[in-house]
Amino acid sequence: MIGTLVIVFREVLEAALVISIVLAATRGVVGRGWWVGGGVVAGLAGSAVVAGFAQVIADAAAGMGQEVFNASVLFFAVSMLGWHNVWMGRHGRELALEMNAVGRRVSAGELPLLALATVVTLAVLREGSEVVLFLYGIAAGGDGVWPMLSGGLLGLLAGAVVGLAMYLGLLRIPTRHLFTVTSWLILLLAAGMAAQAAGFLIQADWLPAWRQPLWDTSAILAEQSLLGQILHVLIGYNDRPAGMQVVFYLATLFVVGGLMRVLGNAPTPQPRRVAA
Amino acid sequence: MKRTFIVLAAAAALLGALSYRVAFSQEANSYALVIKDHRFEPGELQVPAGQKFKLIVDNQDPTPEEFESHALKLEKVIPGKRQATLNVGPLQPGSYDFVGEFHEKTAKGRLVAQ
Repeated sequence: MIGTLVIVFREVLEAALVISIVLAATRGVVGRGWWVGGGVVAGLAGSAVVAGFAQVIADAAAGMGQEVFNASVLFFAVSMLGWHNVWMGRHGRELALEMNAVGRRVSAGELPLLALATVVTLAVLREGSEVVLFLYGIAAGGDGVWPMLSGGLLGLLAGAVVGLAMYLGLLRIPTRHLFTVTSWLILLLAAGMAAQAAGFLIQADWLPAWRQPLWDTSAILAEQSLLGQILHVLIGYNDRPAGMQVVFYLATLFVVGGLMRVLGNAPTPQPRRVAA
Repeated sequence: MKRTFIVLAAAAALLGALSYRVAFSQEANSYALVIKDHRFEPGELQVPAGQKFKLIVDNQDPTPEEFESHALKLEKVIPGKRQATLNVGPLQPGSYDFVGEFHEKTAKGRLVAQ
């Protein structure tokens, strides 16, 4: 049961942290619960489908289908996160002001809720499909349904608690700073996901590794420790990254960060800036 | 808004094009591992250091297994009664642990690169 708990927790953790950031980033937006909830439900349905087609996916792309699929899901999520951030760069300040002045009058249609709901779906789908396969294996392996169910539920609960703690922590940030913080979190989340996607493409031999590992900090902070895993999700911490992953990480930071700056309003007052 | 989207789409397309580098298929040396009763056979496998190779994992169990190695930075789900190929290396000389994540208690193994 403990083994099941740990594995389910590991998989749930990533999705739970992503959801908590999305919830914080959409604070005060009417109807966000439906969007995020819908994203979770779609992700769960998607996990079952992906698990059901595991063999088809595995056989695709000359046996590298799983890697390519994972990388594609991650890149899709990165582009959605990027879109959200660039949009927030343009409208975030108005949004914060409006929330302070009029309360919850932000219209849902304006915020790229669809982008964030999609990110939730993708996060749940990727982690969920592994949980489905794992639990199926346990159930089919004759270990009994009860240890599986109880371990699975406790793992889910533990992951949800960490996500909830993150969310409540973020809510303590004053509204005028909240969107700045969530934008940064989303930027780092996107960079970490891009690096992870690059890792899958290296594993598929579609990309060169450019030195693997570039460094090894597993003795200082192992990535599979609890803190290591949380940092892995939040800022893309990797204890043994390939050079190519570092390149993707930095490129995402600069490209999305640059677009936020070029296309958005500068956060500091700079009157001479011409609207792009 | 529209422009943002176009720029992002272009960036995504560029990444896609970059990643669509079809790997040239060399007749690489390959090494075989078998999963049976949630154990790896052999438990320790000698592999060459300093060159790429393929690791072919044959899951003879009816249930799926996830080959996972933190040391090698590899993870791949292998459906029941299926084989999967992993691209490994080039490795520094040394030993690299791996597990079957779905049955971590029994499914343990190690690559020794020299």
